[in-house]
Amino acid sequence: MSTAQVHPAAGSPGPALLPPLPLGSMDALSPMHLVLDETGHVIHAGPTMQKLRPDSPMAGRRFLEIFEMSRPRAVSSMPALLASAGMKLHLRLRDEPRTPLKAVLVPLAGEGAAAPGALVNFSFGISILDAIQTYTLHSGDFAPTDLTIEMLYLIEAKTAAMEASRTLNLRLQGAKIAAEEQAYTDTLTGLKNRRAMDHILSRLVRTGQDFALMHLDLDWFKQVNDSHGHAAGDYVLQHVARLMVDETRGGDTVARIGGDEFVLLFHNLTRRARIEEIAARLIQRLEAPISFEGVTCRVSCSMGTTLSTFYDQPRAEQLLADADSALYASKKAGRAQHRFFIPEDPPQTP
Amino acid sequence: MHGLINRSIQCFLRDTYGVPLWLDVAAAADLPSNEFEAMLTYEDALTWRVLDAAAVALKKSRAMVLEDIGTYLVSHPNNEGLRRLLRFAGLSYEDFLHSLDDLPDRTRLAVSDLELPELELRQHSASRFSITCNAGMPGFGHVLVGILRAMADDYGALVILDYLGERHQVETIEVTLVEPAFAEGRAFELGAKTG
Repeated sequence: MSTAQVHPAAGSPGPALLPPLPLGSMDALSPMHLVLDETGHVIHAGPTMQKLRPDSPMAGRRFLEIFEMSRPRAVSSMPALLASAGMKLHLRLRDEPRTPLKAVLVPLAGEGAAAPGALVNFSFGISILDAIQTYTLHSGDFAPTDLTIEMLYLIEAKTAAMEASRTLNLRLQGAKIAAEEQAYTDTLTGLKNRRAMDHILSRLVRTGQDFALMHLDLDWFKQVNDSHGHAAGDYVLQHVARLMVDETRGGDTVARIGGDEFVLLFHNLTRRARIEEIAARLIQRLEAPISFEGVTCRVSCSMGTTLSTFYDQPRAEQLLADADSALYASKKAGRAQHRFFIPEDPPQTP
Repeated sequence: MHGLINRSIQCFLRDTYGVPLWLDVAAAADLPSNEFEAMLTYEDALTWRVLDAAAVALKKSRAMVLEDIGTYLVSHPNNEGLRRLLRFAGLSYEDFLHSLDDLPDRTRLAVSDLELPELELRQHSASRFSITCNAGMPGFGHVLVGILRAMADDYGALVILDYLGERHQVETIEVTLVEPAFAEGRAFELGAKTG
């Protein structure tokens, strides 16, 4: 075998005929190659090529028995193989592990009496990542000019750098959510604030959902503040906030939009009877005496509600103004009660 | 200084001496937050404050702390990825030494804004080398000594390392390769997941 020499074929396209290359030099230049004889049998396997099947020597076997060609197809004989010279060949090993490979074939001139054969040079191509898991490969298995090792290095380095970036992004994302949460929360009561309510209301309007908007104002809150101090007032606000959350569903919005003013958005709820019930419960529960550091505080609430179904094209400012005018009517009528806004020209419901 | 460098110092202190020590150092160095982010850049002064605070806390010289960081970078299990990247340099410790010239460029391929000092290897005989480290970052030479020592263990090579000092911001390290295959080195497979 060591006397065999690699001769590019005399008739092959390209410039002048190269002098013969001893096999040893091909092993160093391109350790993933096979030399085929004129019948298409392997007469020499480069050392890295042979590593793909460490227990069964490739030399002596027919090339097309070891490999299955996927591009070009229908290659089943040595003449057909030779006809693919110079093309990019896609093939895979026939037995497991069926690693895909890329290759290029050049015809070889016969030496003396020997008939011509072929030299096939291989690469893992993009399957290198699987190949290094499947086979025991070392950097010495690749030619020093081969960029495979550099590519593997780069993949690992990039993966590590991406991982670091990803960690940072996750942390920033968490910080952003926390900051937004804070920006949308009323710090005294933990309810949504005015900004959050505006945001949710405009989304409801934009998406055309049905909803009810209730404007709620505490009654006699000023007296609590004046006679028992701000600490008592703050406590009352926190207490009634909890009650309002209790009396509404998880998907509803309860927002504190001013000192003792609240807006409740009931998503997908426009049944008047149900809203009346909720309003009555709120008055009942809010009127229960609240104890704070030995004093008893009493408040109630007035409410005004408008429904998205009152409008052909609801607008947030209009809804807020209408709920506010209904609230004003409740206040004027003696407080501790609830009123619906009365549209001048209600749209006809079918 | 790049966040990766600052983060390495943080991880070294945390992994080697525990979280409380790191928090003490972060407080003593008056850091704005007690975490460095690997992918952000920080003022250089911050890095030196942390190193000086660490030296005080550990009762070691700054040079020793830096050398320990170098050793940690290669030998601690948390940094397996970095060790692997360095082992891509080649089959022997000598290959590794010759690859140092390329290290800053290789690093830039992965993290384009991470500037490492220029390294230059000179071979004086079959077994004697010297490495110059042109930092603009004095002290990096000590880190390099730690890395060179830990990588010698990794390859199973026996070496003698001498830090020759600094002149005009250029540090010089002398490496004597006593025995390239002194002990069984640690395994290195190209595929990261193979056992």
